[in-house]
Amino acid sequence: MTTSLDEAINHQTFSVRTWLLARPAFWVFLAAVFACIAMIMLTDTFATPQNLFNVTRNFAFVAIIALGMTVVIISGGIDLSVGSTLCISAMVLAIAMNAGYGLFLGAGAALLASLLVGAINGYLIAYVRIPPFVATLGMLSVARSAAMVLSNNRMIYQFGPDEKNLFALGGGSSFGIANPVIILVLMAIATGLALKWTRWGTRVFAIGSNERAAVLTGVPVRRLKVTVYMFSSFTAGVAGVLEAGWLGGVTTNLGQSMELSVIAATVIGGANLMGGSGTIFGAVVGAALIEIIRNSLTLLGISSFWQGAFVGCFIILAVAFDRVRANREIQE
Amino acid sequence: MDGLETGGAMEVLQLEGISKNFGAIQALDDVSLVINAGEVLGLMGDNGAGKSTLVKIIAGNFKPSKGTMRIAGKEVSFHRPLDARSNGVEIVYQDLALCDNLSASVNVFLGRELTKGFGPFRIMDYAAMNAKASELFKELKSETRARDLVRVMSGGQRQAVAIARTRLSKPRIVLMDEPTAAISVRQVAEVLNLIRELKRQNLAVVLISHRMPDVFSVADRIAVLRRGRKVADKPVASTSPQEITGLITGAIEFA
Repeated sequence: MTTSLDEAINHQTFSVRTWLLARPAFWVFLAAVFACIAMIMLTDTFATPQNLFNVTRNFAFVAIIALGMTVVIISGGIDLSVGSTLCISAMVLAIAMNAGYGLFLGAGAALLASLLVGAINGYLIAYVRIPPFVATLGMLSVARSAAMVLSNNRMIYQFGPDEKNLFALGGGSSFGIANPVIILVLMAIATGLALKWTRWGTRVFAIGSNERAAVLTGVPVRRLKVTVYMFSSFTAGVAGVLEAGWLGGVTTNLGQSMELSVIAATVIGGANLMGGSGTIFGAVVGAALIEIIRNSLTLLGISSFWQGAFVGCFIILAVAFDRVRANREIQE
Repeated sequence: MDGLETGGAMEVLQLEGISKNFGAIQALDDVSLVINAGEVLGLMGDNGAGKSTLVKIIAGNFKPSKGTMRIAGKEVSFHRPLDARSNGVEIVYQDLALCDNLSASVNVFLGRELTKGFGPFRIMDYAAMNAKASELFKELKSETRARDLVRVMSGGQRQAVAIARTRLSKPRIVLMDEPTAAISVRQVAEVLNLIRELKRQNLAVVLISHRMPDVFSVADRIAVLRRGRKVADKPVASTSPQEITGLITGAIEFA
């Protein structure tokens, strides 16, 4: 992920410098770069290939779901059920492969299950008009419970004949880069392009900014919302398949409270919880920053209990920065 | 010009004996009204006089309880706003229904975005939308840049964006709900010029407004509603702000 990708995605008319300075994601990117430089100078363990490999792989799972969360937040919604959706996806995959089905079928079933979760979320929000917070909070509980029922609350660590392929997909690497990271990059580019260059993307921004305007101009708002929540669940499903392959086992507490990390990454990356703004680049950088903080604390020998304090401060700082910028814009 | 049927009657919209009641409340009582092409009709009245009910009936949000509506001489019955739009009725809403985070041209085309590509693989055709939107702004003689975000625009420019949107479908009638209510004095002049431009292009404009000077400066005719009844309908030249105020408040019974 580089700035030039984001530039391409957010193709604008003003100068690159003013454009960058007005981006919350850019400041977060700078913070991440400074953190990396500091760590390189302070330790000799940070910049090792093995550590960098681990850092990138670790944040890939959160970042993949942050792609979906960004789209949901741009549309003016929220999806609290992603952690449970990840669990259901991993569980369906595990059960299918445990029963002897191949990786292809297992992953297909897992993704279908997560798309179903998203469709239910979307239907409740768009057609029954339940607020997104409530609908997905309910689903958070229901989906995890469903994963427990499906597996009878046991751990599954045998994935049948195709086990090796699954472990290679989630835990292996290609060209020296962890496979989840490669999938993250591909999905980030696809999502970024979709947001900028398709009708769907434009309309997601429109409903997040002024839903009534979208309705009045004939945008099929309800159908659009269903696709938004399905996309979010799909990203959680992909992360579930990859995480199952990486961990080599699936338990029913997989992805517990992961929605909070995902929302934190998205908000740090500049998505506005009121809807209407957010970038894919920001979501990925936000996820990366959280992982860099975590990794740095570990390498510096600081108690991991401090991790939450740092991440929390960054969430508040990121939003405060955005407030200050918005106020200045109003005054001008 | 656009949207005007050749040899058709000058009467673009004809309302006859329109009544609307919500339960026991009589919002409109036997209102008849004619609007001609190239004419600006000022629709005035106090809050609750029935202006917005009448507009919503023309716009297809409500069905009248009684009465008939004709567009270019043909009787119509709207079930939803889309029916009105396909019959050439466009509305500029009071809050303009714009998305601040999108550019002017995307707002103009929202819901009808132009795309290019093959089959299902289509991408937004920003160049074509910007070009067409610039053309529309030029037609409206408005200095609005197609690529600018609506967030940074003045009230007058926003109004131009909302009006440009109605021009996409070549309408016959444009309903404008309080277009000058929430903007600065300087921008009001800009909006009134936009309305004159629509008139020059032979559209019928219904201007709903509380602001007497605006209506008098741009309208050809003024209709006044009071408690659901039409109490006056006369050319601007033969009335005065004093008379209209009297009619609105009920100090003057009928004119």
